[in-house]
Amino acid sequence: MRFLLLMSYGEVGSGCAPMTEWSPADIKAHIDFQHALNAELLERGELVDAQGLAGPEQARFVVSDGAGAPVVTDGPFPESKELVAGYRMVDVETAERAIEIAAQTSAAPGPNGVPLRQPIEVRQVLSAPDPEL
Amino acid sequence: MTAGTEGLLRGLAPQALGAVARRYGSFADAEDAVQEALLAAATAWPEEGLPDNPLAWLVRVASRRMVDQHRSDDARRRRQDLAASWSLSPSDPVPGRDDTLLLLFTCCHPSLTPASAIPLALRAVAGLTTREIAAAFLVPEATMAQRISRAKAKIKASDEPFRLPSPEERGARLRLVLHVLYLLFNEGYASNSGPDVARTDLSGEAIRLTRILYGTLPEDPELAGLLALMLLTDARRPARSGPDGELIPLADQDRGRWDAGLIAEGVALLTKALPRRQVGEYQLQAAVSAVHDQAACYADTDWADILALYGLLEKLTGNPMVRLNRAVAAAMAEGPSHGLALLDGLEERLGDHHRLHAVRAHLAELAGDIPTAIAELRRAAAGATNLRERHHLATQAARLAGGAA
Repeated sequence: MRFLLLMSYGEVGSGCAPMTEWSPADIKAHIDFQHALNAELLERGELVDAQGLAGPEQARFVVSDGAGAPVVTDGPFPESKELVAGYRMVDVETAERAIEIAAQTSAAPGPNGVPLRQPIEVRQVLSAPDPEL
Repeated sequence: MTAGTEGLLRGLAPQALGAVARRYGSFADAEDAVQEALLAAATAWPEEGLPDNPLAWLVRVASRRMVDQHRSDDARRRRQDLAASWSLSPSDPVPGRDDTLLLLFTCCHPSLTPASAIPLALRAVAGLTTREIAAAFLVPEATMAQRISRAKAKIKASDEPFRLPSPEERGARLRLVLHVLYLLFNEGYASNSGPDVARTDLSGEAIRLTRILYGTLPEDPELAGLLALMLLTDARRPARSGPDGELIPLADQDRGRWDAGLIAEGVALLTKALPRRQVGEYQLQAAVSAVHDQAACYADTDWADILALYGLLEKLTGNPMVRLNRAVAAAMAEGPSHGLALLDGLEERLGDHHRLHAVRAHLAELAGDIPTAIAELRRAAAGATNLRERHHLATQAARLAGGAA
């Protein structure tokens, strides 16, 4: 079963400052955590993809009617907290395992190593149906 | 690699692995070594020509890798152990054909989930490369390589000797093998469509492995039933999707496109297996498939027969999903109200399952209750876990809504 674990720019449970205001050591610890988590998921044969996205300043919204020129909206966006910051796609045996990975991701370290309690959106990817029986 | 070499290598892979694993007594190490030998052959043979004895070539190269591996492990003691085990277990006289069975028994180890056993079996027994398996399951090659090596590590840790289980254990282990092959077939059947033509044909692999296994154990009725089920299902494949990969339900399929050869083969297998009177779930499912496959058109389907078969299957397995199929058969054989009655209370066992909504929608439509059918189709579409299925359900809902307007 494939799941997409989405991280947005939304408020984190720990209520800490944005990463740009952290100490370099805290930023490094956070990044090391993400790398270690990816390595662990790869080692377990579960990692499909993990990517961080360019910041919300670079986001564009595109709307088109298919005939005329598309309407492209640049940021900054008032609702930038709802934008996706990054994602992991995992291929796991159970939905419970996806939740477990999401929980691990949510507890990534913030300033002074305090878990961020970042909300992780867990979405199943549509794929093979259950066997006929 | 030429198609000829590829086909040859895939046939030789389990034989080479069986020989090397028996000689050294370790499945996990032998599997690595044989993989390397296969890769070497894929490069060498098209350039240098086929060796006189391709199997012996693979076994020789793989054995050399095994010894190299142990040398680089830099333990003299290990080398001595290896030399000892080498002389203590001379090549088994068991012919190569039985190796497929032994390898499948090993890959379908009770400590592994089917999700780990399937890729391992595809590599060790079907002779696919990690890259091909990764592509079939749409994961990166490194991830699949890890999945396979973890599976092998579990088998190694279990310390099970590389030989056929005792006759008492063999039955249970064979059931596990059949289950894994069944899931592999379903995986291929479900994902086989549309633009992914380059993906490895997993249903085809499942059929190939099951055929080989059947060649080894032709007297097992459930194995024959499983092979029959695969063939009778695969026979409908050409008619099962439209030009854009959309799902075409049984009722609307062009039966002229069904594969008559596969149907005849499946029916023959089943006709031989059923009189053994050891009926099991695969034989029953195959029998349902055979009834469908032998009906000249949907209206000619012998629903009473199918209803009886699903009744037996439900008694045998207690599976609530079987009840869904039985409800459809009851509706067709005896009228929609009989089918709907069978769905009562299924929520408690199946939860908010989209298949339950899809079946209820179908039966409501048969009963002429279009608003319920539309509502249930929409719920089913929202809960579907497969994109094609969701499109199909949404299209059905739209069709009914349009007709009702």
